Amino acid sequence: MSFPLLTATAAVPAIGAVATAAVPAARRTGAKWLALAFSLVTVGFAAAVLLRFDTGSGADRFQLTESHSWIEDFGVRYELGVDGIGATMIALTAVLVPFLIGAGWNDADPVEGEPQATRRWRPTQGFFALILMVEAMVVLSFAATDVFLFYLFFEAMLIPMYFLIGGFGDRAGEQGEEGQARQRSYAAVKFLLYNLVGGLVMLAAVIGLYAQTADQLDAGTFSLQAILEARASGDLDFSTGVERWLFLGFFFAFAIKAPLWPLHTWLPNAMGEATAPVAVLITAIVDKVGTFAMLRFCLGLFPEASDWATPVILVLSLVSILYGALVALGQRDMKRLIAYASISHFGFIVLGVFAMTSQGQGGATLYMINHGIATAALLLVAGFLIARRGSRLIGDYGGVQKTAPVLAGTFLVGGLATLSLPGTGPFVSEFLVLVGTFSRHQAVGIIACTGIVLAALYVLVLYQRTMTGPVRAGLEKLPDLRVRELAVVTPLIGLLLFLGVYPKPLTEIVNPAVEHTLSDVHQTDPEPQIDVSEVEAAE
Amino acid sequence: MNPGDLQAPDIEWVALSPSLVVFAAAVVGVLIEAFAPRSARYAAEVVVSSVGLAGAFAAVVALAANGHGTSKSQIAGMGSLAVDGPALFLQGVTVLVGLVSVFLFAERRLEPVAHGARVDSFAAQPAAVPGGKAEQEAVRAGHTTTEIFPLLLFAVGGMLLFPAANDLLVLFIALEILSLPLYLLCALARRRRLLSQESAVKYFLLGAFASAFLLFGVALLYGYAGTTSYAGIADVISGEPSHMEPGLASTMGNDALLLIGGAMVLMGLLFKVGAVPFHMWTPDVYQGAPTPVTGFMASATKVAAFGAMLRLMYVVLPGLQWDWEPVMWGVAIASMVAGAVIAITQTDVKRLLAYSSIAHAGFILSGVVAVSEDGVSSVLFYLGAYSFVTLGAFAVVTLVRDAGGEATHLSKWAGLGRRSPLLAAVFALFLLAFAGIPLTSGFASKFAVFSAVAQSGGMGLVIVGVLASAVAAFFYIRVIVLMFFSEPRPDGPSVVIPSPLTMSVVGVAAAATVVLGVAPQYFLDLADQAGVFVR
Repeated sequence: MSFPLLTATAAVPAIGAVATAAVPAARRTGAKWLALAFSLVTVGFAAAVLLRFDTGSGADRFQLTESHSWIEDFGVRYELGVDGIGATMIALTAVLVPFLIGAGWNDADPVEGEPQATRRWRPTQGFFALILMVEAMVVLSFAATDVFLFYLFFEAMLIPMYFLIGGFGDRAGEQGEEGQARQRSYAAVKFLLYNLVGGLVMLAAVIGLYAQTADQLDAGTFSLQAILEARASGDLDFSTGVERWLFLGFFFAFAIKAPLWPLHTWLPNAMGEATAPVAVLITAIVDKVGTFAMLRFCLGLFPEASDWATPVILVLSLVSILYGALVALGQRDMKRLIAYASISHFGFIVLGVFAMTSQGQGGATLYMINHGIATAALLLVAGFLIARRGSRLIGDYGGVQKTAPVLAGTFLVGGLATLSLPGTGPFVSEFLVLVGTFSRHQAVGIIACTGIVLAALYVLVLYQRTMTGPVRAGLEKLPDLRVRELAVVTPLIGLLLFLGVYPKPLTEIVNPAVEHTLSDVHQTDPEPQIDVSEVEAAE
Repeated sequence: MNPGDLQAPDIEWVALSPSLVVFAAAVVGVLIEAFAPRSARYAAEVVVSSVGLAGAFAAVVALAANGHGTSKSQIAGMGSLAVDGPALFLQGVTVLVGLVSVFLFAERRLEPVAHGARVDSFAAQPAAVPGGKAEQEAVRAGHTTTEIFPLLLFAVGGMLLFPAANDLLVLFIALEILSLPLYLLCALARRRRLLSQESAVKYFLLGAFASAFLLFGVALLYGYAGTTSYAGIADVISGEPSHMEPGLASTMGNDALLLIGGAMVLMGLLFKVGAVPFHMWTPDVYQGAPTPVTGFMASATKVAAFGAMLRLMYVVLPGLQWDWEPVMWGVAIASMVAGAVIAITQTDVKRLLAYSSIAHAGFILSGVVAVSEDGVSSVLFYLGAYSFVTLGAFAVVTLVRDAGGEATHLSKWAGLGRRSPLLAAVFALFLLAFAGIPLTSGFASKFAVFSAVAQSGGMGLVIVGVLASAVAAFFYIRVIVLMFFSEPRPDGPSVVIPSPLTMSVVGVAAAATVVLGVAPQYFLDLADQAGVFVR
């Protein structure tokens, strides 16, 4: 038996979480270094996953597979395996987490002057342990090829996320400690309830799927591969109505997670109240499980229903793109602005997934990665700024580029990447999504393009209002980025530029997986409408 | 045979050993109360109860290992009791719950030391008027009510008979054996005695009412079938009566009697499990009873009563499936929805858990309605998992105290996570298991039940169940928010460091919650093997 690489990639952060949580209260700094070390080891394992992944033409679809019996009664197996999409998403997760730990280094330190009566309360240890816990669960949900196993981690990760949002926030702003705590627990509960309801609806669909397989096959199964094979061979055949209901059950959960308009309202609350690293964790990593799952489960398991629902989903993603961008324009709160920008971007991702073309889906996958990195860069710098001034309101800032030029510069680069400037990673992916959409749904593609214009608007206006102009009172002595902060931001920006210029390593891994997904839904790319020979003749 | 000759009953002593051991221990307990000096009673009772229950558990395991649950399952005691898979499984769970409850009952470190004597959470002199002179004297003398242990044992004994009863009269007797000690135990709280006595009276009156219903149903069923044995009634229902009772020729086979009688028996059982609309007693009794008793009652009674209900439905009434199924659907849905929705407005931890138990009764009922072997085994598994979570949750409630005793008002739990993170984390674990979050036993059991229901074509019930779970999750989460994200109140309660007794209860419950969530296969197998009723 070969080394269980995927399990190890998830086990490292899980062990790290336990180890970090066990560090005594006085050794706070040690706990931080321990968490960072574990997250870096995870990066090593994720790199090994990428390296071991075979992109050759005859390679298996799911690689690095592991399969063990777990709960035979429910037909549940511990089955892991990655296709190109899963492998890159695991890599994204593993790469981002060390930066989040670095950025949140001091976020969970006990407040000065807090009564020490609570000797056993160890928030710092808890903060980093929870982050690592989320990482482990996200990796497992990217790697699970058993529907039940996926569901398990999809739901279970809500609990550590919930404590991260509700338990830790920015330093008290104008609302005071009390008001902020109330806002925060509201955001945490909203996050949990939205996602829990989505998850429970999906649970009904999961059970329904099981009942179908138990009915038609020898034994009920949740194995994605087994179900795909049975569907291909015709052993397993859903009636139209059943397939649509099951699809809706799954899609509802993923659309909440992703989040798609009109199920998005939890995201601005959660991202606004959480600390910047946790907000990045939500939007750049956890939410990606939703869009990833649309590709893997919705399209793979329910191709006909996906096709049936495509028009509605395209419209919803268009609304997300435009609504998210417009509302972002109107925000006074920096983190909420970025949250709405993310909603707009998730619209693009879902658009790419359901465009049902290889460019669209390949672009959507790249988009997930690039959006993760770009948002991380922008949001983390915003978090540094907020930590300096103690306010999230855009109106409290102005002229920062004069006092803290490096901070302003990195903020600008992150912003430009967010608006998909050519030369940065997001441009490639957004372009591919739009091309992929355009080749099948012209009108949709055209409308989606306006999202780009709006993105330029909200990013640049944000930059203009916070960074340029006269220096606001109270900001004269704003310190510039420290070494730790630079160490967090610089590699992210480097990564963005690298992927903008040279996305080939990613596309090579992702493309075969996209082809498989497309063939699941019985789709091929539309033929080019212009005959190449005619063009040549005309010349 | 001459009329004077009495035929000695033929009793399978070995097959019935679990309940016999428990009853023997209970009798010994009573004798200790009568003859042992006051100072020695506590230790003697704890030892006798623990040993008795452990012995009963060993007997259950030995029987199961011998194949009495599968190939050698039989009807014992001259047709009165079944020894089969479901009976042994539920008896095993009940005995374990009883054993763990003994530890909760025996806890003596929570109450402040009164006049030099450590006391438990039961009244010093239950017969004394609350606040009266006799009570003060009893408290000053440091008396304790060690009778709780034999009472507990009798209740457990009744619960062992209840799911095994194979005859309606035995069913009724078992019901009374398990209920009467519980009525008494409810009245024995050391603090808030009026509330406790009120709860006992309420429980007794409503319980007596329910018992009367059950008995009336038994009479009607006898009129219908000419026999009270389960198999005999089932034969009449399927149209093959073994013999006609001449005196009942006019009523035998009359479907009206069957339907009304069956409904009345079911009502009695639904009362015991606290399903809507027979749930009214639950919150008051759960709140008023001493918390260890509440924990015991909430878990063990449910196990026993659902066991009895399963046997009734699967052995006696399967031929009537079309008649009772819609009604039970309604009861299950009403329980899930009402329990979950009403719980949202509760401000007392014990009442909250009471309404949550109503919702859970609904979940379990939906598994009962899925008339299949999977349905049975999923219900068995659910009962096992749920009873330990419940017991653990109530054990935690006993630990959170302020000057007035247990601080059960939810507002007092604010910020508990900061004062004692470990305890709050364990309670959060139990709440998450109640809510059915993956990787806890609550999820595994809910999944088992719902998938059994879905496979028997009850997708509608599954959807209602899932939505009710979402509502229920809201109030469980609310408690977690309160514990972890709210500022502690300066006058808030403190967590008492208990003796190893309560700690072991909480530990066992937490371990069961995690193990049944992460690696449930072994126990699912057990429940699977135990899924067949003997006829």
